[in-house]
Amino acid sequence: MADASLAHVQDVSRWFSGALRPAIDNLSMHIEPGRVTGLVGPDAAGKTTLMRLLAALLLPTSGTITVCGHPTTGDVSPIRNVVSYMPQRFGLYEDLSVAQNLNLYADLSGVVGEERREALNRLLEFTRLAPFTNRLAGRLSGGMKQKLGLACALVRRPLLLLLDEPSAGVDPISRRELWSMVYDLTAQGIGVVWSTSYLDEAERCAQVLLINDGQALYDGPPAELTARAQGRTYLVATLGTERRQILARGLRQPGVVDGVIQGSNIRLVMASGAAPDAAVLGTSAANIVATAPRFEDAFIDLLGGSSALESPFASLPRSAAASTVVIEAIDLTKRFGSFVAADSIRFTIARGEIYGLLGPNGAGKSTTFRMISGMLRPTSGRAFVAGKDLYRGGGTARRLLGYMAQKFSLYGDLSVRQNLRFFGGIYGLARGQLTAAVMQMTEIFGLGAYLDRTTRELPIGYKQRLALACAVIHSPHVLFLDEPTSGVDPITRREFWAHINALAEQGVTVMVTTHFMDEAEYCDRIGLVYGGRIIAEGSPDALKEIARSHPTDQPTLEEAFITLVNRSGDGADAA
Amino acid sequence: MSMIVTGWWAWSRRVRALTLKEFQQIRRDPSSYLIAGLLPLLLLFIFGHAVSLDLRSVAIAVVVEQATPEANSLLESFRNSPFFHVQVSRHRADVQEDLVAGRAKGIIVIPADFAARVARGEEAPVQLLLDGSEPNTAGLVAFYASGVFYSWLEQQAPKSPGLFARLRGVPGITVVSRVWYNADTRSSNCLIPGSLAVIMSMIGTLLTALVVAREWERGTIEALMAMPVGKAEFLLGKLIPYFLLGMGAMAIASTAAVCVFRVPFRGSPAMLATVSAAFLFSMLSLGLLISTVTRNQFAASQTAIIATFLPAFDLSGFVFELDSTPLPIQCISWILPARHFVSALQTMFLVGDVPAVLIPATLALIAIGCVPLACLIAITRMRLE
Repeated sequence: MADASLAHVQDVSRWFSGALRPAIDNLSMHIEPGRVTGLVGPDAAGKTTLMRLLAALLLPTSGTITVCGHPTTGDVSPIRNVVSYMPQRFGLYEDLSVAQNLNLYADLSGVVGEERREALNRLLEFTRLAPFTNRLAGRLSGGMKQKLGLACALVRRPLLLLLDEPSAGVDPISRRELWSMVYDLTAQGIGVVWSTSYLDEAERCAQVLLINDGQALYDGPPAELTARAQGRTYLVATLGTERRQILARGLRQPGVVDGVIQGSNIRLVMASGAAPDAAVLGTSAANIVATAPRFEDAFIDLLGGSSALESPFASLPRSAAASTVVIEAIDLTKRFGSFVAADSIRFTIARGEIYGLLGPNGAGKSTTFRMISGMLRPTSGRAFVAGKDLYRGGGTARRLLGYMAQKFSLYGDLSVRQNLRFFGGIYGLARGQLTAAVMQMTEIFGLGAYLDRTTRELPIGYKQRLALACAVIHSPHVLFLDEPTSGVDPITRREFWAHINALAEQGVTVMVTTHFMDEAEYCDRIGLVYGGRIIAEGSPDALKEIARSHPTDQPTLEEAFITLVNRSGDGADAA
Repeated sequence: MSMIVTGWWAWSRRVRALTLKEFQQIRRDPSSYLIAGLLPLLLLFIFGHAVSLDLRSVAIAVVVEQATPEANSLLESFRNSPFFHVQVSRHRADVQEDLVAGRAKGIIVIPADFAARVARGEEAPVQLLLDGSEPNTAGLVAFYASGVFYSWLEQQAPKSPGLFARLRGVPGITVVSRVWYNADTRSSNCLIPGSLAVIMSMIGTLLTALVVAREWERGTIEALMAMPVGKAEFLLGKLIPYFLLGMGAMAIASTAAVCVFRVPFRGSPAMLATVSAAFLFSMLSLGLLISTVTRNQFAASQTAIIATFLPAFDLSGFVFELDSTPLPIQCISWILPARHFVSALQTMFLVGDVPAVLIPATLALIAIGCVPLACLIAITRMRLE
């Protein structure tokens, strides 16, 4: 083969039995050595399928894939010898120690003798796992698992390294370290494919393949795509309290392609030739300034924009709640054996406020969340919701709460209507109210076409809508959302937040956990959770302020997070 | 560039690495050694004590309508029998309820005119009422009760020869039965080796049924498949460790059978190991096949139990004699590894190394084991397809 490409994907489609559309739809791409190719797209876009096709773990239904000169349909052993692959969840044996995992992969790769000693020492140093060789892989933090997974994939030096969502659920510090390791590898000539659903990671790749619904939307350097939104992105400064109304007005304006909340600012992406209208937004022209485009702006633009999303909740009558402080956590602590999952968590949330618990997986968000919502008994400390301690008998108070669990916890075998009726029923709606509520939810969330479909068969975006519908069917005063948008695409996430913003405006108090930094921007206040403790609390802008080193600096929330973690003295432990 | 070894040496190194990995996982996972170590003992204990075909201390009621010396003497005979636990009553009505409720397995009525009836030489001087809802027990109670009655008659004979001779009919040929191999007809001598086969059917399959499914559930199979690991290395890496573990389980269970349950062992340990190895080969292959097909630990363990334990219990000849079953069922039983293993084990424990039984059984076990293995090789792909 004359050209230097490591892999060629030519007109590849891949169908799975029973699916209505192909997971990969007539896609072509090529992978070059010595640089990072990003496979960027929302969950269920087809990233993992494409990775597995490249690793010769799956075969294309049509089209051809050639990896390092070998077609994947043929004998796989020449491919196995030069391609290393780190699957999601890192492919580690969690019941084996760090050293046992590394030795297993070294044996399987046939790396022996002096070479092996050198390789293992080099990798332990590279990943800084040397002090932990006897620790079980299952007992490592997310970031350490990720590095061990990478080390296992690098026991032999591959020509092509495939990393499937290596940064999912990993804290920002480890993520940053992994990127610098990967740049080391590309400098040695190794070709790296990195798949991610974090759009901000696209900007770190040399080449990006943007996929959605199995189709390539864009293939090229990320800066080129970002440049397409040049001159069309604006920040609208607000007082903070009015930002949700301004965003809602902005999204109604013709010519607005996308609008999101960024701290106390509104970020607007305009169609070409359009400009934000201060009068429509209800602000002064001086508050509107042009800003540099981000990859995500161009991505949403490419998908056709997210505007015209207005939640019908905005037009509902405001609910009444008595007190101003709705949720209160007093020194909540939870120990599992010697492990402290949550350590003296303390905060209060006022009525109509959106409060976010932000932190990587395993930081203690869900534990805190479960203690507040009365599902888990705190080792010490107390939690009050609407004045009631839910763990110690808040039976009737629970009717005031709506809860949307991770992975949605819907009944997959029931129809959409049956799920709505079931959740309405357990929240205590009477028969007459129930029918009306189901109709209202159907209308608000556009579920009409799916009412009698089995929930399991719904597209993920509709599952998420249904999960929210089930959580708010009884008009709760307090809404708990546990990782509500993980696994959904950015458009669906914007739609989701349009509903949440409207509910908050109605006076509903919202508590949300997330590890998406852009989602945290929607919150009025954030508690940064790390190592079981709240290491900082404040509005998104206040947290960013802490990380600002120059007056002209515009640190992201992620940078603020890293600064705060390092300052709390736990940075070394995370690495 | 690292030094990469290839060829046979690399191949055996991969098998060794996978076997070692499996052992490391077994060590960390209590369920594996509980299945291999504790479960056989537990099941053996349950089978050894609960499944018994012997009659011992069965509750019966004896109704003595009039306490004549003859009636009392017969009552004493029943009381002295080790087979019965006797409750005495004056009226049938008092104990009828016990029979209906199952508290008594039979009622023996000694009528008021018992002595007179015996003297007249009537056919049925005593009445025996049985619970027909438990036919096996009823049959055994009838058998042992008449045994007690006739030995009582024999004891009485010297006292009044004329009277009892008529009743006993013409004394002529007496049958003296002799049971070979299990001289004291302890059913446990036969049942325990059989239950070993049933237990090992389940354990052998369960050991491997979980292991491929576990790799699928934890997502590790994807990483393994992306390595230069072939089908043969992968399957050997799964079979070898659990074969060793299964042989260990068999050794523990056999030792317990001999030492705890006092079952004689007349064969040789080498022969026992050979037949057990052939049996484990077939069960482990089946377990791996189930695991590979289901890809889910829960479904795999359910399937393993249903596919092995139930047929082994019913169709291996361990409790239920197969000679009396319909022909199609007998045919099905021949493809069950447990059937061959039951007969081989019963032979080795009670008789000894009988090549005419053991060699065909071993060959049959290997042949049966080759079927799931062939399917396994056919469906195992080092791809996620």
